Amino acid sequence: MSETATHRERGFLREAFANRSFATGTIITTLIVAMALLSFFWTPYDVTKLVVADRMLPPSWDHILGTDQFGRDVLSMIMVGARNSIAVALVAVGIGMGIGVPLGCWAAAKGGYIDDALMRANDVVFAFPALLSAIMITAVFGPGAINAIIAIGIFNIPVFARVARAGALSIRPREFVLAARAAGKGPMLITIEHILPNITTLLLVQGTIQFALGILAEASLSYLGLGAQPPMPSWGRMLFDAQTRMVVAPHLAIAPGMAIVFTVLGLNLIGDGLADLLDPKLRRRR
Amino acid sequence: MSLLEIENLKLDIGGTPILKGIELKIEAGEIMGLVGESGSGKSMTALSVMRLLPEFAALSGRIGFNGLDLVKASEEDMCALRGDDIGMVFQEPMTALNPLKTIGEQVAEGIRLHTGANRTDAEGQARVMLQRVGLPPEKFALSRYPHELSGGQRQRVVIAIACALKPKLLIADEPTTALDVVLQAQILDLLRELVNENRMGMLLISHDLAVATEMADRITILRGGEVMETGDTAQTLSAQVRPYTRQLTQASLHVPERHKRVSATTSSSNESKPPLLSVKNVTKDYPGRRASLFEKPQTFRAVDNVSFTLGEGRSVALVGRSGCGKSTLARVILALEKSTSGSVAFRGEVVTGRDEAALRSARRDMQVVFQDPYGSFNPRRTVEWLVAEPLHLLDKKPGKAERRELIEHALHEVGLQPSDMHKYPHEFSGGQRQRISIARAIITRPKLVVADEPVSALDVSIRAQILDLFAHLNQKLGVAYIFITHDLTVARAITDEVMVMHEGRIVETGKTEEVLSHPQSDAARMLVEAAPDLHLALAKKMQEQG
Repeated sequence: MSETATHRERGFLREAFANRSFATGTIITTLIVAMALLSFFWTPYDVTKLVVADRMLPPSWDHILGTDQFGRDVLSMIMVGARNSIAVALVAVGIGMGIGVPLGCWAAAKGGYIDDALMRANDVVFAFPALLSAIMITAVFGPGAINAIIAIGIFNIPVFARVARAGALSIRPREFVLAARAAGKGPMLITIEHILPNITTLLLVQGTIQFALGILAEASLSYLGLGAQPPMPSWGRMLFDAQTRMVVAPHLAIAPGMAIVFTVLGLNLIGDGLADLLDPKLRRRR
Repeated sequence: MSLLEIENLKLDIGGTPILKGIELKIEAGEIMGLVGESGSGKSMTALSVMRLLPEFAALSGRIGFNGLDLVKASEEDMCALRGDDIGMVFQEPMTALNPLKTIGEQVAEGIRLHTGANRTDAEGQARVMLQRVGLPPEKFALSRYPHELSGGQRQRVVIAIACALKPKLLIADEPTTALDVVLQAQILDLLRELVNENRMGMLLISHDLAVATEMADRITILRGGEVMETGDTAQTLSAQVRPYTRQLTQASLHVPERHKRVSATTSSSNESKPPLLSVKNVTKDYPGRRASLFEKPQTFRAVDNVSFTLGEGRSVALVGRSGCGKSTLARVILALEKSTSGSVAFRGEVVTGRDEAALRSARRDMQVVFQDPYGSFNPRRTVEWLVAEPLHLLDKKPGKAERRELIEHALHEVGLQPSDMHKYPHEFSGGQRQRISIARAIITRPKLVVADEPVSALDVSIRAQILDLFAHLNQKLGVAYIFITHDLTVARAITDEVMVMHEGRIVETGKTEEVLSHPQSDAARMLVEAAPDLHLALAKKMQEQG
């Protein structure tokens, strides 16, 4: 049995990397994650050390991406900043999934008033522009990485609740769910055993997209000074600092900008590729 | 020269040979029945003629039509032919129409495209055509959308589109498979009339030998992409020169051997013991559409005051047209849906209105087999897990070894191997899946199995095997069945009694043979008359064709 399982897995991986967008996305994302992980052990320069003599150097062999207004190495800052971006987005997606999916499944299983109440509450959260509400939350509870995570996480909840509910509703009338009910299984067990395994693909695709959006949201918040606080480097903050020196040292804006663009692009490509790969109807066409 | 001449047609899709040298001829005004089991290449033959094949399909041979070789014809030539000289009717009336366009537009579309008629003229012609297929414009305005029509009416629209330009050849791919028997008879009549009126040639694809026999002048039997036999319908099917023809005919006529159970035991003990199942005045309403925000929504009554009892080990058929409430009644009996009023008692215990915990013992003895062998399994679980699902109902959970033994036993009972346990549902064919479905239903040794159209999605030979299996299990385990079906041959084959349902009510009950040979109610008579019967159809053809 395990033999057939690994065989199937291997077949899937080969097929996955034949999908161009999935392969490109995975490579880009892996590079960025590797960069973040590497920063725990080694960075070209110490990001907390200020060398005033070397301020705003253009890219050179010593400093591949140049230095900022305090003489810190930009590449090192990008590497450490990746840590922050990924952590915030990942935990925020985790919060969204962890709360949103059970809520959505519950609404689908119960139906009636509970369904209505839950989904309307969802709509209310959804109605606020996510970033605006995140600003509100960080304004009330104070800026910082943790509050940014909570703020972004809360706005992921309705997204996952909706996807989970829609998926669950499309699986519930299937005959195998009826058969499970005839076998005396309750809604909880049916959700865990039958519905969740059949909507994981949907959630996975949504997860990568929300991850990319989370990176963007974190960058926006720290651009506004509401995300990670200095001296912890973050991409959004680097952009903000670079803004006033655009003309003198454009490399300061280009580096974090490109980092954000590539991360979001990589994740979106993965999401796109996954959606194609996991949808058996689309799979044959590529 | 024949209207359509297919010579040595070979088709390869992605390296797999699908058609291996098909030979077929259709004259003008002739109906050719193309019969075979699923995967025999019937639909692919039709799609080859239309040149609507999937990508990576390699076609060779010759398809002569109208002095043109369709195998070599350019896409432009084909576009001119499709919908003009060759019309096609599809199986699924629900998806064959564009839901965003009115029926008038859809019929007129082809007319405008091929004749260059202007909108008004085309609509006029569409109106005439819809009238012809039995949708008079006074009652069915051209501005209606497909979702406002029933399945049978939609199929009429599809036929109107296909026949709007009086094609020389009409291809009908299982045109009635998605419809119930009464609608099937109406649609077949309509197709026959249209063929006669316009001297069209028609290629009728069907898996149902009775339908093909009734309709076709000549018949071609296909198997594995090869023509097994072709010739005049009556002669081919009565002579049965090829063994496969005989096999197919016999499978269509198959009646499982059933030894009459000693009825004395049931009738004498009946008085003291409550019946296995007793349904009393069950009614089920569904909320309908709300006319306005403040009005109470109208209700739709799916099951209307139904009462019956079922003795142990008996098997009864619940027959009726689609939408008559058969499946809803089954779900109420299985306590999967709440009834609006009335009660269902299983072994004397009332099951309606009880909570899941109280239902456990009843559920253990009451299982279900569904119609769709593809939809009734969670695709992400192994057969072992799926078959063992009802074991959840046992009060004492079996140990690992015992559990395995129970599963093996259940699989053995339905004719599968213990090694099949570790496979996934998609590794099995439709018939095998239906066996797994039955294994799941009998693993708790239930007293009653409700089977909702268990064989209507299966090929005739597989159908015969599954019916045998049901009969065998009835004998061996003493399971009582409720068979929900619209197919009277199934009812006749394996049930003692039949209940005819019409618009939510049971209108006739009686011994199967009696009801089917002497139906009393209108609903029953309609069903019996419309049901395709191979014996009768063959006898009629024999007279016509000598």
